[in-house]
This record gives sequence, C-alpha cells and structure tokens, in this order.
Amino acid sequence: MAKGKIRAKIKRSQLYTFACGRKSTQEAVPFVEGAGCSRTVHCNQPHMHRKRPLKYRSNYISTTKYNFLSFLPKSLYEQFHRVANLYFLAAAVLSLTPLSPFSAVSMIAPLAFVVGLSMAKEGLEDWRRFMQDMNVNSRKVKFHKEGGVFEFKQWQQIEVGDVVRVEKDEFFPADLLLLSSSYEDGICYVETMNLDGETNLKVKRAMDVTLSLEEDEDFKNFTGLIKCEDPNPSLYTFVGNLDYDRQTYSLEPAQVLLRDSKLRNTGFVYGVVIFTGFDTKVMQNSTKSPSKRSRIEKKMDYIIYVLFSLLLVISLISSLGFALKTKFHMPNWWYMRPDDTEQFYNPKEPFISGLSHLVTALILYGYLIPISLYVSIEVVKVLQATFINQDLQMYDDDTGIPAQARTSNLNEELGQVDTILSDKTGTLTCNQMDFLKCSIAGTAYGVRASEVERAAAQQMANDLEQDGRQSSVSSKRSKQDIELETVVTSKDGKDNKPPIKFFSFEDDRMTEGNWRKEPNVDMIILFCRILAVCHTAIPELNEETGTYAYEAESPDEGAFLVAAREFGFEFFKRTQTSVFVRERYIGSGQTTEREYKILNLLEFTSKRKRMTVIVRDEEGQIILMCKGADSIIFDRLAKKGKTYLEDTTKHLNIYGEAGLRTLALAYRKLEESEYSAWNNEFQKAKTSIGADRDTNLEKVAEMMEKELTLVGATAVEDKLQKGVPQCIDKLAQAGLKLWVLTGDKMETAINIGFACSLLREGMKQICITTLDSESKEAIKENILTQVNNGSQMIKLEKDPYAAFALIIDGKTLAYALEEDMKFLFLGLAVDCASVICCRVSPKQKALVTRLVKEGTGKVTLGIGDGANDVGMIQEADIGVGISGVEGMQAVMASDFSVSQFRFLERLLVVHGHWCYKRIAQMVCYFFYKNIAFGLTLFYFEAFTGFSGQSVYDDWYMILFNVVLTSLPVISLGVFEQDVSSDVCLEFPTLYQQGPRNLFFDWYRILGWMGNGLYSSLVIFFLNIVIFYDQAYRAEGQTTDMSILGTIMFTCIICALNFQVSLIMTHYTWMQHVLIWFSIVAWFIFLFIYGMLPPKISHSAYQILTEALASAPVYWITTLLVTIACTLPYLAHMSLQRCFNPMDHHVIQEIKYLKKDVSDQVMWRREKTKAREKTKIGFTARVDALIRSLRGKLNKKTHSIESNKSYPPS
Amino acid sequence: MDTDRERHRARETAFYLFTQQSLPACKPVLTPGWVIAIFLFMGVIFIPVGLVTLRASHCVVEIVDRYDIDCVPEPSRMDKVSYIQDDSIPKNCSRFMKVHKYMKAPIYIYYQLDNYYQNHRRYVKSRSDKQLLDGQKYHDTSYCQPVESNNNRPIVPCGLIAWSLFNDTFEFIREGAELKVNRKNIAWKSDRGHKFGKNVYPFNFQNGTLIGGGKLNPEIPLSDQEDLIVWMRTSALPSFRKLYGRIEEDLDVDDVVVVNLMNNYNTYSFGGKKKLVLSTSSWLGGKNDFLGHACVFVGCSSLTLAIIFVLLHVKYRRPYGDMSYLPWNRKSFSG
Repeated sequence: MAKGKIRAKIKRSQLYTFACGRKSTQEAVPFVEGAGCSRTVHCNQPHMHRKRPLKYRSNYISTTKYNFLSFLPKSLYEQFHRVANLYFLAAAVLSLTPLSPFSAVSMIAPLAFVVGLSMAKEGLEDWRRFMQDMNVNSRKVKFHKEGGVFEFKQWQQIEVGDVVRVEKDEFFPADLLLLSSSYEDGICYVETMNLDGETNLKVKRAMDVTLSLEEDEDFKNFTGLIKCEDPNPSLYTFVGNLDYDRQTYSLEPAQVLLRDSKLRNTGFVYGVVIFTGFDTKVMQNSTKSPSKRSRIEKKMDYIIYVLFSLLLVISLISSLGFALKTKFHMPNWWYMRPDDTEQFYNPKEPFISGLSHLVTALILYGYLIPISLYVSIEVVKVLQATFINQDLQMYDDDTGIPAQARTSNLNEELGQVDTILSDKTGTLTCNQMDFLKCSIAGTAYGVRASEVERAAAQQMANDLEQDGRQSSVSSKRSKQDIELETVVTSKDGKDNKPPIKFFSFEDDRMTEGNWRKEPNVDMIILFCRILAVCHTAIPELNEETGTYAYEAESPDEGAFLVAAREFGFEFFKRTQTSVFVRERYIGSGQTTEREYKILNLLEFTSKRKRMTVIVRDEEGQIILMCKGADSIIFDRLAKKGKTYLEDTTKHLNIYGEAGLRTLALAYRKLEESEYSAWNNEFQKAKTSIGADRDTNLEKVAEMMEKELTLVGATAVEDKLQKGVPQCIDKLAQAGLKLWVLTGDKMETAINIGFACSLLREGMKQICITTLDSESKEAIKENILTQVNNGSQMIKLEKDPYAAFALIIDGKTLAYALEEDMKFLFLGLAVDCASVICCRVSPKQKALVTRLVKEGTGKVTLGIGDGANDVGMIQEADIGVGISGVEGMQAVMASDFSVSQFRFLERLLVVHGHWCYKRIAQMVCYFFYKNIAFGLTLFYFEAFTGFSGQSVYDDWYMILFNVVLTSLPVISLGVFEQDVSSDVCLEFPTLYQQGPRNLFFDWYRILGWMGNGLYSSLVIFFLNIVIFYDQAYRAEGQTTDMSILGTIMFTCIICALNFQVSLIMTHYTWMQHVLIWFSIVAWFIFLFIYGMLPPKISHSAYQILTEALASAPVYWITTLLVTIACTLPYLAHMSLQRCFNPMDHHVIQEIKYLKKDVSDQVMWRREKTKAREKTKIGFTARVDALIRSLRGKLNKKTHSIESNKSYPPS
Repeated sequence: MDTDRERHRARETAFYLFTQQSLPACKPVLTPGWVIAIFLFMGVIFIPVGLVTLRASHCVVEIVDRYDIDCVPEPSRMDKVSYIQDDSIPKNCSRFMKVHKYMKAPIYIYYQLDNYYQNHRRYVKSRSDKQLLDGQKYHDTSYCQPVESNNNRPIVPCGLIAWSLFNDTFEFIREGAELKVNRKNIAWKSDRGHKFGKNVYPFNFQNGTLIGGGKLNPEIPLSDQEDLIVWMRTSALPSFRKLYGRIEEDLDVDDVVVVNLMNNYNTYSFGGKKKLVLSTSSWLGGKNDFLGHACVFVGCSSLTLAIIFVLLHVKYRRPYGDMSYLPWNRKSFSG
C-alpha cells in the first residue's frame, strides 16, 4: 500500500500514443445478446449467483486425473489398457476354472501386486497434483464483504460477481473486469507470462465510469450488471456490456484481467469477477499434455509381441501334442480312467480337449511374458527419478531449486538425445541486460570485456602458450589446461554478482564524474540526459538503501537508467507531465534537480524500432530525444548530424562482434513554432477515430523524427546464464546438435549464437531470408533456390573441418515448413553444425520440433522457460523446463525441470547415460530371465504328455517374479554405473552409446533371448538326466516331482541371480546385499515353507531339511548348472573385452589399473581427444579472433626472432 | 563455520553418498588375468569334483532286470493285456539275478516303470491330502475325481494315484534261504509322520467295478502303508524308480538271487516296461555317471577356455587400459 501511494495517481494515458491511450469509445460495435453471449453477472451481488440459472462454476480448479470415486474404475481401466496386463487379467479369471494349471491365488496375487503398485504410483502422483491444486485454491485475496469492508478469502471461494482487490505482484484469482486502479486514470500493468510467455508488461485500462470507485468504502452501494460472452478460450477477445448507473457501456478486452496473469507496477486494482474456475480463459486454454513413452518402451512392446508369438506357438504345439496324446494314448492309460473323464480329457473328443488345453497352455507359459516387467521398470524409474531430484550438482544454490524429474517414464530417453531445441531468452540468457560499453561523440568508453571477448582472450592465451611450449614437457601444458578451465569458470562465478546490477561498465574516464574532463563534455551530458529521460520506466525508491530501482517495460531501459544514475543523472520521479532528474556533477558540484516536461512520447514498437520523447527543459528549450536501432537512426540523421557517424559505426561493429546489443542515440533541438505546428497535427491524428488512426499517427511521428544529430551508441550485454557456453561446449562434444529457436530478431540471435559459440567467424553462415514484397510463389521459389544453394555448397565443400550454420527467420520458416519444402529444408539443416531460427512463433517452435522429430526419427529434446515454449516442450520427445523463473507454464508442461540451462549437461551426459544403460540392460536381462524360466515349464510339460502340469510348486512361481529375482534386477536398474559421473563428464563421447542405441538393438536383444534359451536347456536337461531315476541320496530315495522341481528351481534362482551379478560392473554394498539376499531368501523361504504344516506346504513339507540339504548331489548340481548357464556369457564377455572392447570397457580398465593416476599425461591427453569431434562449441567460436591477433603476434615474434637470429657476430 | 563443518560432515555420511550415487564401490574388471584365473579356477574345481563323483558312482553296484515280458507265459504273449487282466491265472514268476560284483548291505530294491505318466496333470491332481491325514472326517473329496466314492460312500484313500497302486511283489531267495527284505522306512519320515494319518484306515478301497492296482490292508493305518506312501509321491518323469525295500545282507560275487515275483500290475495296455533293480548306494546315491561326466565336461571346457585365452592373449596381446582402443584413437588409425 505504502509503495502504491507513493507513485500512485499519475495519469499515464497522455504518455501513450499507440497502444492504450485510446479513449474507450462508446461507439464501438454494440454488443448483441444472443447465442454464445448469455452470461449475466450481477456485480457486487454474488448472492445472486448462488441459485440457478445464474449459478456458475466455482473458482475451484482441479487438474487431477481422478477423484475419490473415479480413482478405482478409471485407474483400473488405465492399467488394463496394457496388453500384457489384460492378458494376465484373462489368465487370472481363467485360473478360477479347472482349466488352469495353477491355483487361482498364484495367478491373482502377482497381478494384484503389480497392478496395485502401479495404481499406488498413479494415486501418489495424482495426490501431488491435488496438493498443488489445493495450494492454488487456498491462495487468499481480498474481496468486498459488505458495507465497504474488504476481507480475505480463499480463491476457491471466490464467486462470480465478487468485487476483489488485488495488490501489486499478486496473481488475479479469476477473470476480472477492471474497475479502477491505484492510478487515477485506471491504468494497470499486467504481466501475462503465464498465458503467452511474453515478458513485457501489458497495459489494461478501466472504463471512465468506474474510475470513481477508488477506495474500499466506495463499494458499499456499488451495483452493476454485466452481460457478456460465454466462456471461451480466446485470450485476446472479449465482448460484453456493463449496465451501470442506468446506462449501458460496452466492454473491451483491455478491461479484462485474466486469471494467472500478474499485477505489476501498480499498487492495487479493484475488479469484478466475471469468469471463475474452469470458465476462465486460461483454464479453457489448458491442454492436456501428451503422455510420452520412451523409445525403449516402444521397442519393448515389439519384444513383448515377439514373446506373445512364441507363447502362442508353443501353446499351439502343446495343445496339438495334448490332443494327439489324448486321442491315441489316453485310452491305453487305464490308470487315468479314460472311461470316466470330463470333456477336457475325453479321448473321444480330442478337438475339444486340445482347444481347452490351449487356454491352459496360454496360462502356463505366461511366465514368458514378464508380468513384473512393467512394475519393475516403474519402480526403477521412480528411483532413478529420485536420484535425479536428489543430485546436489544439479541443485541451484541461489534459488534453492533442484532438478526435478516430473515424469519418470522418460529417464532412459535422456540418454538417447540427438538434437536439442532450445529457447533463447531465459534459457540461454538471463534476460538481464548489463550496460557494458558506450560510444559518445565518436569515442568509445567501457573497458570491460564482454564474455565473448574474454573467452577469446582466454583461448588465445592458451594457444600461444601451447605454441611456445611445444617442445617443453607436456605435463606442464596439461596443467595449464586445468588452470584455464578453473579460470574461466571462476570468472563466470564472479560475473554473476556484479557490484551493481545491470551495470558492468568500467572506465575511469566516465565514472565518478570524471567525464567532466573529457573533451566533448556537452555531448556526454546530452548522452546521459537522453538515457535518463527517453524511456517509459517508473522509479521506485528502495527505502533501505536510498537508491532507486526502475520498473521498465524492457530490460534495456532499466540498464540505461542505472547507467545514467551511475554517471550522475539519477532519474527519481515521474509525474503526469514531467520527468525529474537529479544531476550530480553539473555546475557547482551540488546536486541539482531538473525537470523535463514531457510534451510527447512516441513509444517503441517492434515496427518503429525507435522511441522518441519531446521534452521542454528548464530553460524552455524543446528537445527531441530519440533512441533506436542503428540503421533506423542513421537513416534519419541530418547532414550536420553525421559528425560522429563513421566512428560510431566502427564501434557498433565492434560491439556487435563482441555479442552486444546496441542502440543509437540522437537528438534534435526544436523551435517553438516548429513544434507547435507539428503538435497540432499530431493531436488531430491522436483524437481521430477510425481504422487508420495508427497509421496516421505514425506518419505524423515520422515527420518529426528526422534531421537528427547523432550522439552516440550504447552496448548492453544480454547476459548469458551461468555456464551456458561451457555446457553447450560439452553437449556438442557429446555429439548433440543444438538448434536455437528464438522469438528475437535475427541480429540478437546471431549475437547470442556467437556468445554461446554456436557460431564462429570461420563458419559459413547460410542465411535464408525473404523480402516482404514478393508474391507467395516467388517467395517460395526464392527460398527453394536458397535452400538448394546451401545444400549444394555443403556438398561441394571439401575441407573436412568446414562448418556451416543455418540462420532462418520466422517468416521464411513459415514457407520452409510447408509440406513440399520441409524435408529439403530439414536436409539442409541437419547438415549444418548449428541452426538458429529467429522470430519464430510458439507454434512454429512446435512445428520445427515435430519436423526434426519425425524427419530425422531421432530423439529431440526441447528446453525452454516460458509459456511460448510449451508447444515445443510438449512436442519434443523430452521437454525440459527451466524452473525458478516466475512463470511455471513451461515447467508444468515439461517432463524434466532444471533451474539453469547448464544443468542440462549433467542431466543428459550423466543421468541420461546411466539411465539408458541401466534400463536397456535391465530389460534385456528381464527377457532373458523369463525365457530361461518359462521354457523349462514347456520342456517339462512335454514330458507330462502335454497335460499342463508344472513341475514347480505354485508358491515358487508366485515368488519368482515378485521376490526372488526382482531385487537384483532393480539394483541393476537403479545402481549400475558403467563409469563414474566424473568420467561421463570427462569423456562426453561416451554419451553416443545412447543415441547409437548400442545397448538395445535387436542384435543384443536376440542375443539375450538366445542366452535365455540356452540357459533353459541347460537347467532343464542337466537336472532331468541327473535325477530322473537314480537314487540321489545315500539312503536310497529317488526324486519325485516336488523334489525335482525344487532342485530345478534352486538352479534357476542361482543361475539367474549369478547372471545378473555378471552384468553389473559396479558393486556397492547395496548390490551385494540385494543379489546375495535374493539367493539366500530362496533358501530361507524354502526352509520356512517346509516348516509350515503339510496342509499348506503340501509336498514341499520339510523338503529342504529332510530331503535336500543333506544330499551332496543337490549342491553339486546347483553349482554345476549355475556355472554351465553362465559360461558362454562369461566367455563372450571376456572375448569381447579382450579383442573388441567398447569405450567404457577401456576406461573401466584404466580406472581399474589406476592408470589415470600413474600416467596423468595420457589421461589428460585422452580427455582432450574425446572432445575434438565437434564443429561448434566454446573453443571453436574464438578461432577467428585468435587468427587475426595471432597473425599480428607472429609478425612481431618474427621480427623479434629475426633480430635474435642474427646476433651481431 | 559451524554450518560449514556440518555440511562437510554431512557430505561424508553414507546417506549423502547414497543419494549422490557415489557410495564406495568395488568395480571388478575382466582383465585377461582375471579371465584366465576364473576359467582355471572353475576347471580346477569341477574336474576333481567330477572325478570324485565318478568314482563314487563306480562304487555303486546295480543289477537291473526287466521282467514284464519274460514273466508272461509264452502262449499269452500275443495278448498280454487279457493275460494280466485275467484274475484266474496265477501271476507267479521267478527271475534269476546274478551278482557280478560284491554288493555291500544295504542293498536297495527298486521297481522301475517306464512310459507311465505319473506326472500327468489329471493323475497328479487326483488326490486329497487332507483326507489322507484326516480320513473320513474330511468330506470334500472333489479333487479325487474320478475315483471319489463308491456306492455313495467315500473311498479312503481316494483318487487315481491311490487307486492305481503298484502291486507287484517280490521275494528274494539266495541259496535256498530267503533274503530278508526290510520294507520299513522306505518312505520319507515326514510323510509317515505328518501327511498320512495314524488313525486313518483304508475304507471302501478297491471296491468298485473297476479295480485299479493293489489293495490295502484295512487293518493297517495309512501312516504305516509305506508302499502307498512311496507310490503317492508322484514321479517327475514318465520313467521312474521307486523304492521297494532293502536287503540288509551283503551279496557276494557270483551269488544268484532268485526272485519270486507276483506280476500283477498292468503295464501292458500302454506298453510300459517293468524292471527290478538291486542297487547299493554311495554318498552320491545311486549309480549316476552323468553327473560326474557333466562336471568333468564343464571343468574341461573351462580349462580349454583358459588355455584359449592364454594363447589369444599371447598372440594378440592388448595392453589393458590401452587408449589406442578408444574410438577416437581408432578412428585416427583408419582415417
């Protein structure tokens, strides 16, 4: 409130010429009641809306999938949507019939467990969403209770018709009709980042009739009737009428404040609730994010189909066998009473018995399909996600936000990314401008280097040292490498906290008032005044420090004002008509306050690319001050005003090269008469009503903005986020391609491209642009030639190190993305090392993403921070949101969120790599395991006359997937590391194992299946031959079915768990516990099961203690089978490692032999080698600068050397 | 400072290391040394084990006599089924078994059946464990289909397995004197003690129109009917041996044992063989050469692999941890 009062009551409407200063015109299109426009809102009478038909939806929002009632049916439906689960459900139902080979409980229990676990996970996730909703729903806002008293109430209780008071920096709880604001003329500023991703503030303006409602008490007797459109998703339209004071006024979108946008720069506003909850525009706009599945999971489906076919084949074989046995042999088996059978075994009807046996067999061999696969994977992924969330190296200390895996089903996809599509603003850059340099009257000020320059210098120093020390010990050089890295990173750390925000300028000639000693003081004063006066910002006093902060529409302006303040021109007050500046160094050294009366303000639009104010200073002199894009300003210079043009242009070029954003400043002194003549015309244009008002205004403005005198230019640095160049460098070294899709203009995008090392001097830039004027066909023709030329150029290029960059703007992209051209375009883009698309709309971002995803068939990752990136994030295979900025839209739509771009490196190169290998190996092993187990059932069945008898106890089968083999699999999927995280980062090329899919190709999958087949054969036949008829104990007992089954099962458990331990390469105590526990658990189970009374344990009663433990054959066989099962795998692995090792094998060996410690030179050399593959990146960017400087240096050293080499003899 | 130290300490806790996935780990690598050592080790383990097993197996003396055909009188051999089903014909039969090697007591007597699907699902399921333990007190015998009741009275023990009880009997005579056959303790102790009721007596057994296999003495409780208990342990495969009894006298070389047997059991309808087996046992159990052979085979394979690896390693020596195998280095070789 206090702040609001300080700067409230400024009439702003006069300042604005184009956007909102228009008087709300009562002559606007009259609002017609009718279809789609039936909503009636009784203002300040919410009780009217508690009864039908005016009862509207409440302001309670819910994004949950389920509610308490629908959870069970809905989530069950979801679960049984999966083919495998449906199959198991059918099997469970059939297990209640006599057809089942197992007891019903052994089919139902695992299914219930698996489905229950998945449902619990769903429920938990939904609960989290619910809590999030509750959080939003229980936010508080002030509403008009009665009699002019405002009280707090929760958002969810807000009703249509309520009058609410929203304070500064609060979100609007619903769609509101703006009644009045803390500004006298009812203006307020709104940030709509959550709606459309635009960071600049938008102006909303109340109707004149409601302006008088400016205090709480005024609402005591306020009533009104709004008739308006029905809820709809269009953000930019609104039609309606307000009946107030016996008059009808029409309403416009400019008077509607939308839910989820934020009040900025305005003390408070009053508004009437029009739409609540799901009726609000933002909720109407919300789209369900598509559910994404990883490639491995999709491929897994195919494997499951393969297994289903295998299942079907052996079931058919089995039922055919059964039918034949029943028909031809059964009549002879008197001991089975063939004379007295049910249909199932009736030898006279082999067809029916065969058919019914098919059902039995399908259930019996269900073990081929791993029922627990999905649930194991889900558990593993949740745990992996927890590790991602827990990683402190992806935790941002400044904001306290960790990385977050918002969905866990894409973890392994992180390890297969091929192309990253990145937003620029807020993702690569901070959206914070730092005033870095300026050029005044042809003199360049500002000695601090930009990041690009610094990087160049760093690299160059390094290169020179390398050159100089080629003969010296190479270990020294590698030490230098490290130092370089630390220097660069530490510098980054320092840069992040400059002493003054937005101001990184360093030059003794300018600061501390020293500019008074400069030759052209007048121009410097003028320059600073333009900075301090020509803007639309509002100062805000920080009462603690006594300094002013500025609320500007664009970050550049803020930087300018801070710069002006530091130079001694402190803008501190804005009134309706004037700007007040405190000038410190002018005159006698006292600070003087000067007032500049603002006569006109011609604001900045992207079309005009300039902003102008016309002010009258205290001497009465009228001055036009203008700042804008250099090209625009240069066109409007007076002949006399070009004194500094040449020097300034030179400086501007240097700034551009250094990756800075530049603006040119100019002024013009006006005569009174000249001004008033123009002003008349301007006012006329301003008050005119009609479609061509804006063009008229522009024309008139144009008349004044000419004959300018150039003062100088500014250069601000669009600060890159911390660590972005390094991260891009590493990602490039990992073989990832980075496309930048930005809404910014081409020059800025190119600058940033340079700053991020996506572009460098040596790169051949292929710019594809079009002219507006041409017809569509001509444009397309033109683009086609450009694309073809580009492709041709790349094809003809012989230099293997040559790199190309493709730069395309949004308008051109619109044509390039059309059906007939898009693949040509894509072909060109894929060949280029980096691609930058500028001026692209959110929709185009999504389209480009889809093109890359579908065109190349490779995994794409979209990363962005704003609502404008939502389309891209949802379209990409993986969407990553930058959290920590205020708008949460991107994060909400994303699959992963990180707080800074640089964490992407660790997310992909470490976690992605791990997760990919973990899941791939785990799934392979899973299929191996189930084939090895499932096939033994088949073999045995063949020995029982295909009758569907299983050799194992039902309980063994239940525990097989759920307990006895699941924990090692999970430990493989959660804890396995082929190499440590440091090595992942040091050898980024290791990442390529993922995109090349080396661990989940069909070769590998089939290999594992073959291994499973081998294991099943070994397990079954070794056991059968050893135990079928001979006594296996000294006491002469022979085996029976339950004993043989138990022995075989022991072999299976040991062999499978031993196999998984061979796959692992990383054993912490966790792995040891989980693997060996699983084996021990089997014996413990067997022991306990045997102790249970025989009514429960049946034939397994005391089986371990009495029949097995004391038989040496049992143990020998277990050992033999275990080793025999794993022997081929072991041999294969050893052979592969010996003669065809993969990257990580060699690195593991180095680490194992501690060669990295003993031979650091080699280790470091290899680390640098693993990087050399890429054409873009941190190091590459600065080559050009180095080259030119090195040339100079070479000349120098040559001359020195030549001096040296001819010593006076 | 305190927080710094605390943070430092926190970093060392196991939990911290766990969440950061940097727990101390053992990372074994299959270096040639390890590979050769492992294969050698496995060879060294399995070959002796196999040899010991083989030796144990060779110590076992086993005499097998197939009698199902020879015990059918010559004229009936054309139609063995009607012979065996004809109750009026006495089924006595005498066999001579010559001991070719000294057999130390106890000598286990087995009968062996072939092509007999005791593991068929219909057969396996047809029993009631609860009835075996509780007798007629337990009424639900639906599992015992189709041999569930007779004349509306339950059968104890019910089910196909009991109904088809093996009923050939054997008597052994050496040099005119009967060899004592101990038929006690041939079943698992737990079966006798806990699965077959001590107070459950056979009831209404083999009283139906179709008589399956052997009959049971209704005076003896099920827990003492060890033939039945052994028979009820269904075999895993269609070819199986079951323990019949023990001869607790040594047999010398060239002793001739005369076996007087009653050839009652019908295996002729399905062409199953019947054999009588006399076997001693070792710590290994019966004669089981396969296990020894398998062990030796696996051991030899391991040894062979070890040798192959040694040779390969000598011939194509790859210094371990050699960077030239890293892809970027290999590429530079080819390029």
